[in-house]
Amino acid sequence: MSASPPPTGLRHVSLRSGVYADSVRLMQVSRDVGARDGVTAVLVAMATPLNLELAAGMGLSPGDGTSPDRLLVAIAAVDDDALAAAVAAVDAALAARERAAGPAQAVPLRTVGAGLDALPTDGPALAIVSVPGRYAVAEAADAIAAGRSVLVFSDGVPVEHEVALKRAAHDAGVLVMGPDCGTAIVSGLALGFANVVRRGPVGLVAASGTGAQQVSCLLDTAGVGVSHVLGVGGRDLSEAVGGLGTLDALAALDADPATERVLLVSKPPAPSVAEEVRAASEGLSVPVRSAALSPGSPDLTAAVEALLADMGVAVPSWPSRSTTRPAAQGAVLKGLYAGGTLADEAMLLAAPVLGDVRSNTPLRPELGSVVDPSAPDLSASGHVVIDFGDDALTVGRAHPMIDPTLRLEALARVAASGEPAVVLMDVVLGHGAGPDPAATLAPALQAAGLPAVVALIGTEADPQGWSRQADALAAAGAAVFASNAAATRHALDLLGAAR
Amino acid sequence: MSLLSGPPTVVAAGVDVFSAALRAQGADVHDVDWRPPGFGDPADLAALALDRRRAAANRTAVERVMAAGSRLVDVRPAREVLGLPDRTLLHSGPPLTWEMASGPMRGALIGACLFEGWATTVAEAEGLLASGGIALDPCHHHRAVGPMAGVTSPSMWMWCLEDPVSGGQAFCNLNEGLGKVLRYGAYSDEVLDRLRWMRDVLGPVLAAAVRAMADPLDVKGVLAQMLQMGDEGHNRNRAGSLMTLRELSPAVVEVDAPSSDIAAALRFIGGNEHFFLNLGMPTAKLAMDAARDVPGSTMVTVMSRNGTEFGIRTAGTGDRWFTGPADTPVGLFLGDYGPDDANPDIGDSAIMETYGVGGFTMAAAPAIVRFVGGTVPDALATTERMYQLTLAENPAMQVPILGFRGSPTGIDVLAVARTGWLPQINTGMAGRVAGTGQVGAGLVQPPRECFEQALAALAAEARTA
Repeated sequence: MSASPPPTGLRHVSLRSGVYADSVRLMQVSRDVGARDGVTAVLVAMATPLNLELAAGMGLSPGDGTSPDRLLVAIAAVDDDALAAAVAAVDAALAARERAAGPAQAVPLRTVGAGLDALPTDGPALAIVSVPGRYAVAEAADAIAAGRSVLVFSDGVPVEHEVALKRAAHDAGVLVMGPDCGTAIVSGLALGFANVVRRGPVGLVAASGTGAQQVSCLLDTAGVGVSHVLGVGGRDLSEAVGGLGTLDALAALDADPATERVLLVSKPPAPSVAEEVRAASEGLSVPVRSAALSPGSPDLTAAVEALLADMGVAVPSWPSRSTTRPAAQGAVLKGLYAGGTLADEAMLLAAPVLGDVRSNTPLRPELGSVVDPSAPDLSASGHVVIDFGDDALTVGRAHPMIDPTLRLEALARVAASGEPAVVLMDVVLGHGAGPDPAATLAPALQAAGLPAVVALIGTEADPQGWSRQADALAAAGAAVFASNAAATRHALDLLGAAR
Repeated sequence: MSLLSGPPTVVAAGVDVFSAALRAQGADVHDVDWRPPGFGDPADLAALALDRRRAAANRTAVERVMAAGSRLVDVRPAREVLGLPDRTLLHSGPPLTWEMASGPMRGALIGACLFEGWATTVAEAEGLLASGGIALDPCHHHRAVGPMAGVTSPSMWMWCLEDPVSGGQAFCNLNEGLGKVLRYGAYSDEVLDRLRWMRDVLGPVLAAAVRAMADPLDVKGVLAQMLQMGDEGHNRNRAGSLMTLRELSPAVVEVDAPSSDIAAALRFIGGNEHFFLNLGMPTAKLAMDAARDVPGSTMVTVMSRNGTEFGIRTAGTGDRWFTGPADTPVGLFLGDYGPDDANPDIGDSAIMETYGVGGFTMAAAPAIVRFVGGTVPDALATTERMYQLTLAENPAMQVPILGFRGSPTGIDVLAVARTGWLPQINTGMAGRVAGTGQVGAGLVQPPRECFEQALAALAAEARTA
């Protein structure tokens, strides 16, 4: 027997007929009543030989008349009140009805695998993974194992994970979009940062999110819609990844009846990968045009215009509001970008005109040495273009398309430095972007008092509305362009006029 | 590609930045309540997530578990069944020494020495065991399982079960009943007398009856049925025990033995609501043994405790044990026993949860959830949670209240690490002091260490594969 001393004081021992409760229920009653003040021992149990032995060990034998179908209530307590209360508690507990079983409490689904498993649909489904990069692989692998495509928004995913995931996806006949994929449109559903654009025949494969946004918005403006925008992640066309995602996305669009033409939007691919993608493209039934940004290649707007020409669609005049302050003598270019590809495009257009442009994401490595990526300091003199959406600047904070704080601070510093400057910025509208970017940017531009040019990437159908934003920015004195290339050229014109 | 055939339903894990935007577009979005993994080196988790063998290996392991059947083919003494050398005792859980053995394990080992006549006094038995005069070996090393202490000595009779699919065999001793019994560490004369009666009367009667049955008892079939009758197959075996009694009775009655012995045997079986447990356990063991040695599989094939340590094995790591200190169950106590009287977790019976029943089918046995003062919704939630730890649903083992959904089967070490949830085990509680017997019953979980070690070992194996 256990270590507790034999019960002392008052006792109640009774045998009841016609009462039955499950042994577990009775153990629970014994425990609850035994926990009352002044109660030293309790045994409420059917009077089986085993339980009678237990009762005897507690000094609470019922004497004669036992039977396994009678209920033994044996209680020892320190005084009359405690004993009476304990007996009453036993009676109450035995009479109590348990509350009816409600529905199961919701059990949280912890993994993509569990989430997909719980889906009631056999129709098209997609997983979106935005967990920290080092954990993304397991979630993405869940989707692939379930035969589902996955968009990996997470950054910081090791490249070897990316390669392994894309190989597995290829074998499973699904797509991995990303990692670090912020933009996609699947059958009209905008995932991440994407604009409200019309549906149509052009499929985009994008190794660049803002590049895809620029292209899809210009197409929309020209009256041409997209079938799907499949992001593949910025590293896909590197030597290490070998274009695994691009090749599968091209094949998927080739097989898609809604897609009649494909535009591939990217930063410059690794040469071997470019060749492989080109060869693969030639084997497809849909025509594929490439808009790969590199020195001397057409800018994104020119690539869109070429595609429109392929389709026999007239090129519209891209919307703009082209009035701004003149540049001061000796002004330099200060590019404050949220979109990496748009920043690249601006530098590619500016470099032949202005010479070296410093950056945290420079065209040539040596041009980045004066810009500390962990402390974006535009007080460095001369032409500078900063990509505030670069991973190094988004650690622990939201993307500048959502949180404009860093860019607005930088704008104020440029103005305060006294260095004559033309400010070039992008503002990206659409799903995922801030609800009214002009509301904070327009006053900041007004306060800066500098000549400013804004590449406003969006459509009228976007929640923020292109014209509404353009008018607010123009009212603050900025020139506004739907084309980033046009915006950049306008800034260069302002600088040229000031020489 | 099905992805592009229409607007997709979305399952989102991580920051919910875009879920609202998706819903605003009218999309069907299901947010996963993702958390960082409960444990495990991210590199190990990635290595396993990306192991290209894993999906097929786990599928193979699951298929073997599902396919395994269980037929009661014989009842024989352990000496014959296992070819046990003299002075060898089997015990539950991972390997064990006398020095590290807990009270109830020591009690059961002492009792077995007395029962076999290797010692005549408790002191003599203790001396014999302490001096290494008795070889100790886990049941699991002999295709056997034993509830609680699991101590099996050469003269004890064992159920002999066979898987008609793989031809595999599994063995388990006979259940002694509740209260003061050897498996709970009791070794009084009452305990030893019962063991002698089981050796001299019950065993021979059952052996003759089982051998005379035209159709061997389909034990898996009984297990499947009892889940639909309020049992979960571990802490509640009432329906299973009664069905077993029903199936065995005609053959028992026809055994050529004194009618008093026949009556005693039937009374003993009918009076023990856990009689079936020792048939359910080798049934689960047959299924889990069928999944042994599947390289690349992250499925758990054994969970077992020896009263000191909890040990697990996986399909992908062969016969290696991954052990950690056994936790103490939480639950309800007999008489005036309390938490201080309970020994840490003990017994091979967690093979039931390894197979996907017991604590995993808590929803099938709402009464059991009261062991932790819970409610019926708690029971449903426990089973729902286990679905996220397991690789498959066993269509043979259905849970009526969940719409006859199959039991959550095949614990995935990777899923345990990712969810941070540990398997839920229903169990009896032995007294901490040797000789005490049962003090209660309740719920317990394995220590995380077992799964941490298994995860690391599986990842190491995946990297070299």
